[in-house]
Amino acid sequence: MFQQEIGDNEVELLLNELVGVYGYDFTSYSTASVKRRINRLFILDRFKSFDDFRGRVLHDKNYIKRFVQEITVNVTEMFRDPLFYKLIKEQVLPVLATYPFIRIWHAGCSTGEEVYSMAILLKEAGIMHKSLLYATDINPGVLDQVVKGIYPLRSLKQFSENYILSGGKEDFSSYYTAKYDLAKFDDELRSKMIVSTHNLVSDRSFNEFQLIICRNVLIYFNKPLQDKVLSLFDSSLEKRGFLALGSKEQIKFASVSGKYEQLDPKEKIWRRLN
Amino acid sequence: MEKAKLNDDFRVVMVGGSAGSLEVIIKMLGSLVNNRLAILLIVHRKGSIHSSLANLLDMKTAVIVKEAEEKEFIKPGYVYIAPADYHLLIERNGSMSLDYSEKINFSRPSIDVSFECAADVFGDRVIGILLSGGNADGVEGLKTIRKAGGICVVQDPGSALVSYMPQHAMNEMEPDKTLNGGEIADFLNDIP
Repeated sequence: MFQQEIGDNEVELLLNELVGVYGYDFTSYSTASVKRRINRLFILDRFKSFDDFRGRVLHDKNYIKRFVQEITVNVTEMFRDPLFYKLIKEQVLPVLATYPFIRIWHAGCSTGEEVYSMAILLKEAGIMHKSLLYATDINPGVLDQVVKGIYPLRSLKQFSENYILSGGKEDFSSYYTAKYDLAKFDDELRSKMIVSTHNLVSDRSFNEFQLIICRNVLIYFNKPLQDKVLSLFDSSLEKRGFLALGSKEQIKFASVSGKYEQLDPKEKIWRRLN
Repeated sequence: MEKAKLNDDFRVVMVGGSAGSLEVIIKMLGSLVNNRLAILLIVHRKGSIHSSLANLLDMKTAVIVKEAEEKEFIKPGYVYIAPADYHLLIERNGSMSLDYSEKINFSRPSIDVSFECAADVFGDRVIGILLSGGNADGVEGLKTIRKAGGICVVQDPGSALVSYMPQHAMNEMEPDKTLNGGEIADFLNDIP
């Protein structure tokens, strides 16, 4: 475990400088998390002083990629919270299936495990051919992994258990090919994915969707930024569109909350009212 | 270390427990009458799908027990439980944040993470209590609380169902108090 080497003032200084130098704005992120991540990286990469660390971050264009990747949290899994996916499958996809063309946005998709989960559900529902899955993240490094669709084989046991708990009936291993200690998901699953960087803090809406999925991203933002991002989602959703968040995320205090109804009290999926 | 700039001056009690700690927590909350404290429970448990630990504990005590919500402010008279499968962090303004980052000491929530955050934000207003468990999580956090001027309490390993965690703490530091499970509520009730 780490001692807190870098204090509040240094964190604030660094975050402000990052906006000026690179345009990355982490100043509205939850400070407790960012401070922890910065201190973790400081220890991990064995910096001797804050000045060394700051110099590297501000002047080394390769290191900033690592910084962004390590400051943001990229922990995810396929069919995370299986009952969430069960509800998507049972109550959301049947509605989407009635549309001639389906657009889904995974905002803050990280390494893409949940995007592949959705692709599997779309395929099983027989509606993949008319769907597009937009997978975006602030972090170019993680998006490479989405494009490749390759995950460590050791994770697949958990993924497979989640798949079954979510109501999956197929043989999960039929969706990937295992080689050495890696599993590569079928190219067919990624054939409808559009992968791109998008920064929820500074970038605008780029399309209209029937379903927006953004799970365990808002927890890293402060309240005003959460509200701003929820408004961005609101303006990117079609009428009667669905908004799906992480298991502890809420819209009840946000300015858009009155426009939505929750599908099920236990799962964080809302539908926009007329 | 900077302290939280809050009007209130209540004590924040950080309780960490793993295997064998639930019975102690139930006993502790059952006799707790001091509503001037804010209590945060960081308990390792299997990531059950919809956890009802808060409801279970709430029925056993006079104070209000609830699961900690994202960006909720910490208030005295409440017992907050870290949700399963999230780390519980504390913001400078005294609100709580949830975090889904890597497990620490094979644990999420990690006791170390929350103890260190509490020490950072609340300084010498923190009381850290480490209970029964079979894991080393929490010991570093307890040391951080000590460093920030807080009070450190360890469950007497002899009275713990699983002694590894409290014993590990005893090996690493000298706590201000070593109490058996039944004495913890009295200790908390006596805090002004």
